[in-house]
Amino acid sequence: MSIAVDDEHISTRMRLRARGWDGVTLLILPAVALMLGLFIYPFLYGFWLSFQPKAGSLFANYARFFADPYLYETVAKTLWIAVPVTLLNLLAAIPVAFRVRLMQRQRWLTTLLVLPITLGTVLVAEGLLNYLGPQGWLNRTLMLFGIISSPVKLLHNYWGVFLSLVITGFPFTFLLTLSYVTGIDPALEQAAATLGAKAASRFRHIFLPLLVPGLAITFCLSFVQAFSVFPSAVLLGAPAGPTRVISIAAYQAAFEEYDYSLASAIAMIMGFIQLAIVGGVLALRGLFYRGPAGGGKG
Amino acid sequence: MTNNLNSFKTLRLQGVGRNFGALNVLKDLTLEVRRGEFIALLGPSGCGKSTALNCIAGLLPTTRGSIWLDERRIDTLGAEDRGFGMVFQNYALFPHMTVRQNIGFGLKMRGVAKAEAEPRIDKALATVRLESQAAKLPGQLSGGQQQRVAIARAIVVEPPLVLMDEPLSNLDAKLRLEMRQEIRRIHAGLGSVTLYVTHDQDEALSLADRIVVLRDGEIRQVGTPEDLYARPATLDVADFMGFRNRIAGVVTAQSGATVTLDVGGVALTGMTHGAVVGVGGNAVAAIRPDDMVAVGDGGDGLPAIVEAIEYRGRDYFGQARGPGDSELFFRSGVKLGIGAPVRLGAEPGKVLVFTGSST
Ligand SMILES: Nc1ncnc2c1ncn2[C@@H]1O[C@H](COP(=O)(O)OP(=O)(O)OP(=O)(O)O)[C@@H](O)[C@H]1O
Ligand SMILES: [Mg+2]
Repeated sequence: MSIAVDDEHISTRMRLRARGWDGVTLLILPAVALMLGLFIYPFLYGFWLSFQPKAGSLFANYARFFADPYLYETVAKTLWIAVPVTLLNLLAAIPVAFRVRLMQRQRWLTTLLVLPITLGTVLVAEGLLNYLGPQGWLNRTLMLFGIISSPVKLLHNYWGVFLSLVITGFPFTFLLTLSYVTGIDPALEQAAATLGAKAASRFRHIFLPLLVPGLAITFCLSFVQAFSVFPSAVLLGAPAGPTRVISIAAYQAAFEEYDYSLASAIAMIMGFIQLAIVGGVLALRGLFYRGPAGGGKG
Repeated sequence: MTNNLNSFKTLRLQGVGRNFGALNVLKDLTLEVRRGEFIALLGPSGCGKSTALNCIAGLLPTTRGSIWLDERRIDTLGAEDRGFGMVFQNYALFPHMTVRQNIGFGLKMRGVAKAEAEPRIDKALATVRLESQAAKLPGQLSGGQQQRVAIARAIVVEPPLVLMDEPLSNLDAKLRLEMRQEIRRIHAGLGSVTLYVTHDQDEALSLADRIVVLRDGEIRQVGTPEDLYARPATLDVADFMGFRNRIAGVVTAQSGATVTLDVGGVALTGMTHGAVVGVGGNAVAAIRPDDMVAVGDGGDGLPAIVEAIEYRGRDYFGQARGPGDSELFFRSGVKLGIGAPVRLGAEPGKVLVFTGSST
């Protein structure tokens, strides 16, 4: 009898293990708790709050957002900054990564590039204020050489935010791209070359298809960063005009109008847009090969 | 450009060398290969075989020397302009393409029309027995199947020079024999030059018209399989051709090619193909385990004590401790007990004598 019980006991454990549940699974518990406390709970709370408007029906906040151009236009303005910046960063990162992949002293360059990330957006914004301002080095140098006659306006408009997002976003995009590029077995390119593929064909037929899944992830992460831009949009942009991004609208709702419910609704809309774009990109990624980018078992 | 390269008569390596930093991996490779020849590059692991192949294919720049097809210097061309077929040691299959797409890649790059390419791919698939796997991705194949895809991919474009880096290392014994014949047949069909890297002497002997023995990045000997098997030029090459027994002794007599050694008080007679050794000098006798047999106790062989014995079908092969604590490998028709005393000897014609002392 006891044998039968034992058998059952073992088979339950085996069945659990076969589904990926064993002692190691317990190690994820702290992470789950953290997620619940810091992410899921505030999200659900915000979600609930967004349906508790100061006045009006359940959907009053959402109705107000999409009725008021001052609010709904922030979506287009944010996308108009975030999408081009992300694409530019990505397109610039690819050729640089391909070149750096072959370099001996990658570590120096990597360190140099990580600096803007660690400095943070506010410090970079401060630097840019000095550097790009009407009395900054750039304008003074350009005027000194007679290239321009009056200072170019690069601050407190679209381009100020654009530049600062490129500067803080590029290193991140680049490092991620580099890791994907170096993850491709160089023997694959060599094999393609012996089969007669020129450099352009090798890129198109070998590297690009293997890189697309990684580039999609890179795009998503970079895009989410750029989409939630706040400090540089305020410090370097025109926060009342062309760079009134969606996070500014949320900030004003919360801390100028003290309407936390509306602020929550804006945050939910912001999250939904990001989710839609990231989801779309990831769905496209699913159409490509996503296995290891190695050449064989040897 | 590639078309001109297709009809060459000789491939010539002129002092080709390659360094990795301060490390001199390939030293002065000089070799001339005629069209239609099957050359095996034989050598132990790490001797520079893959490096040599990569230099010829154009995947590694050479540090010294030049490579020629007839009067045309090619070591300055990129790999894609040389158009040589290469089977990589680690296969290097394109992981995102099916077996069929992998094999068709070379044809696509050469602009071969689909109507012509399809039957050629089918034929290549049949050659490597992979018709049923055509739609799979490389990641879904076994190691041996991947290796065969790599072979098919290289030969489907019918290159004038095929470079193969241990293409059969992952196959089972039966399939390996089949693929050997297949590779010979492909070679004959293409009328091309095949450079075949292996560290398996059997494979080299059975496939090649000529064998190049490489060691420490240097060519030690070039010759026909028969030549190398019977008359290795140095002790190194002999070692690689299966002469596992190396017995050090002192020359006591020499007449013509026949040399007699004194090995710890026992006489051992053999042949020398190289330099005259000289009476009183040190020499080493090399003997294959196959030719080293028990001559019965009380005979005039080397006295030894059996330490291990194993059955290999047909015969037993053993290891024994001989004069001067030397290790001897021998063949025996009967199973000998461990610890039994034996006397081991070989016909003089099967004993090769080299000058110098054993190391
Ligand atoms: N990129 C490299 N950098 C430094 N050393 C290298 C490099 N590639 C190869 N080597 C060295 O060159 C030598 C020859 O290497 P190679 O790959 O040609 O050996 P091989 O004869 O093909 O060996 P195997 O039979 O194991 O494949 C080895 O000692 C190896 O350590
Ligand atoms: Mg090798």
